[in-house]
Amino acid sequence: MSILQEEVTRRGVIAGTGALVVSFSLARAFAQDLPPATPLTPPVTLPGSLDDERFLDSWIRIDADNSITVFTGKAELGQGIRTALLQVAAEELDVKPEDIVLVTADTGRTPNEGFTAGSQSMQNSGTAIRNAAAQVRALLLSEAAKRFAVAPAELKSENRTVLAKDGRSLTYGELVSELMLHVEAQPQSTLKDPGALRVMGKSLPRVDIPAKVTGGQAYVHDLRLDGMLHARVVLPPSPAAELSEVDASAAEAMPGVVSVVRDGNFLAVVAEKEFQTVNAMRTLAATARWQERESLPDQTDLPAELQRLEREVGTVAEAGVLSSGDNQFEATFMRPYQIHGSIGPSCAVAQMKADGSLDVWSHTQGVYPDRAAIAEMLAMPEEKVHVIHMEGSGCYGHNGADDAAADAALIATKVPGRPIRVQWMREQEHSWEPYGPAMLMKVNASLDRAGRIASWAYDVWSNTHSTRPGGAGALLAARHKSQPFQPKPPELNITPSGNGDRNANPLYAIANKRVLWHFLPDMPLRVSALRALGAYANVFAIESTIDELALMAAVDPVEFRLHHMEDPRARAVIELAAERFGWNGPQMPKNRGRGFGFARYKNLAAYLAVAMEVEVERETGRVRVVRAVSAIDSGEIVNPDGIRNQTEGGILQSISWTLYEAVAFDRTRITSTDWSSYPILRFASVPDSVEVHIIERPGEPFLGTGEAAQGPAAAAVANGIRNAIGKRLYDLPFTRDRVRSAVGHA
Amino acid sequence: MTISLTVNGSSHAIDADPATPLLYVLRDDLGLNGAKYGCGLGQCGSCTVVVDGEAVLSCMVPIMLLEGREVTTVEGLGTIDEPGPLQQAFIELQAAQCGYCIPGMMMSAHALLRRKAQPSEEEIREALTTNLCRCGTHMRILAAIRRAGELMRAASLPGPDEGRTG
Repeated sequence: MSILQEEVTRRGVIAGTGALVVSFSLARAFAQDLPPATPLTPPVTLPGSLDDERFLDSWIRIDADNSITVFTGKAELGQGIRTALLQVAAEELDVKPEDIVLVTADTGRTPNEGFTAGSQSMQNSGTAIRNAAAQVRALLLSEAAKRFAVAPAELKSENRTVLAKDGRSLTYGELVSELMLHVEAQPQSTLKDPGALRVMGKSLPRVDIPAKVTGGQAYVHDLRLDGMLHARVVLPPSPAAELSEVDASAAEAMPGVVSVVRDGNFLAVVAEKEFQTVNAMRTLAATARWQERESLPDQTDLPAELQRLEREVGTVAEAGVLSSGDNQFEATFMRPYQIHGSIGPSCAVAQMKADGSLDVWSHTQGVYPDRAAIAEMLAMPEEKVHVIHMEGSGCYGHNGADDAAADAALIATKVPGRPIRVQWMREQEHSWEPYGPAMLMKVNASLDRAGRIASWAYDVWSNTHSTRPGGAGALLAARHKSQPFQPKPPELNITPSGNGDRNANPLYAIANKRVLWHFLPDMPLRVSALRALGAYANVFAIESTIDELALMAAVDPVEFRLHHMEDPRARAVIELAAERFGWNGPQMPKNRGRGFGFARYKNLAAYLAVAMEVEVERETGRVRVVRAVSAIDSGEIVNPDGIRNQTEGGILQSISWTLYEAVAFDRTRITSTDWSSYPILRFASVPDSVEVHIIERPGEPFLGTGEAAQGPAAAAVANGIRNAIGKRLYDLPFTRDRVRSAVGHA
Repeated sequence: MTISLTVNGSSHAIDADPATPLLYVLRDDLGLNGAKYGCGLGQCGSCTVVVDGEAVLSCMVPIMLLEGREVTTVEGLGTIDEPGPLQQAFIELQAAQCGYCIPGMMMSAHALLRRKAQPSEEEIREALTTNLCRCGTHMRILAAIRRAGELMRAASLPGPDEGRTG
């Protein structure tokens, strides 16, 4: 049913936030402001996040001065979502992107869309904004039709104006004063036809880049509020350390120092200037005495340690009957703990105001959940805490952002009045951010006589990959306080999109399979969501195995994948990546190999295949990816260059994880504390070229992009090394030592 | 103690401990956003600025060593309304994801391009040895620096031997 056919009745005038919003209500029960306590029928499902925030004016506001504001609960993380959402809104509102002010994640202003995570912003927020914008435009046209006494089809909209054929026109701002946007959205919208798109599907330059390259205020790190003080925390030297004593007097006597804050194991210093704060932090740290104890597993025996931590098993997939045959491949793969490693350590600003309310500026992925956790930590009502997202450095999942926000909030309550800016030091970010969990993957697969996969048994051992707030116990400051909060006990949950088991179930057609997640509730190292969660290591293990099975079957690995793949969109990316790479071209030169990797992210989102040419220096064990050629299908395209940028980045970051990265620790302390003890990809080792080919899917749902490359890229590196040296590597990362020992240069 | 610093062509009297690393003075005293704190250890390059034509890690250099020397930050390369060639090139090629490392990359490139108008691919990579990027924007950063070189040569600005500052 179209909203245009509804009778529109004037409900009244309500004051909006600083503007006059004239609101109407549909003469339908479910569209009323105050729904009955017991709805007679369950609400209809609305597209994307509209289902949670159902009123159009939660998403789009048009003011009498013809200004347009669009609201999203999602946050810019450097992934370009701000630009893509502007494109979607501009498209369906028939305006230019620069005509729109986009307000992102802010508990005071925007819808609650949970976390900006899981490559879901386009599906959730993009879909909501697109549908809301289309419905708003339909309402504007309908209102204009009424005023002009013509049919809506006689009208066109452009440049924030509705035009009649006879030359009459009314701006959106003039129309909206007689129009309602405070109505529930409808389940169906009339979206633009793919052929009529003007803004979507084109590479609009990112709106955030000019400020970033000219020294504009671009990050929470750049926020300078009047009277702002700087703070640094002194974090414990090891995860289980307890603060036994500290002499604050030396730090307190230092120039500029305003306060030393101690609350249990939480220790911080506040000073007027930033470098004074850093110096005072060092002095304070030097006088702090900690009681440390061994709490970490034996890094030299991680596979056994992970298996010892298993408490529960979940069945991810089960079909047919497993068998063993002559053509059997059995292997154990390992992924270490790995860091997010944003180049700028986490930062936040908080201010406790005289009215008892608290403002927090943070690069959190979830302003609403973070607000709930901070309010719980401080025993404040949620409505007294206002969390505003500002960009941080990188993100890549649950890093130290929420912790820095909690630090700033806690300090602000102890030093009220002036804004408090906290930035973590490099060694704090490396040592204390929640890591991507270590994982152990065991595969036992066999081929039938025809060379098809006959049986597939797959077991993955992993912690949960999400310990986000969710409760004050997710915040370090809350755990360190004298009255500490405990982290929520993690639970094993088998869901379609997966977690530690993300992409553990291969998309290939395999009649007999069993996939298990061996769940480890105890987390001796703090872990949480790192880009792609379990998909990175699961796809690495699965796609390595697929290559070994192809070798056993004496079939080209790309052919082998296609033999086992029914999904046409999966086949399309596999074929396109292979074709553009020149997979059937001449043999690789000596010490070079080619490798392939594929996955459909979460088995329900973007399809990505990548082929790589990999060079191995036998003497040194150094591996370099020479070129990577990928193909991606992430549904309808909003910003092709945005998709390319994210995919190139995903490929390079995955190469870095795969070749270099593992958190080091002894039984007590994390020993990867900087970029020399945790090396990552440097320019000397980046490929000569990285190509991203996008398959257009006009009219199809958005599938998200950001995490699709992580698993396939790791697999392509692994398979490329296998092809170059004839030996398979099973343990991530593929360090020089491991490669050298594989080629016999130990 | 007051130290006189010349940043982007302007002279500033700085009242700070002479041992203060330049980075903190740029951000805290002068309110400049371009140079970023990344590690404070000289390992990541996000704080890179140019001092007398050389790329320098501002987190490592105390201001007492900088009197009488010419400091250039990314703010000295142009403005959002009138971006300089390096800034134009990074915008044109969309060479940023989160963008936090980018000003440091640009300053390393600025020092290189002043020294050599048409650097080889090897020389560009070599100039960025210290600079880390975590988003994986490397290919675009390399392309943007090549493009900036083209823009500078097209404008013949600055020539290899011209002592243009800023």
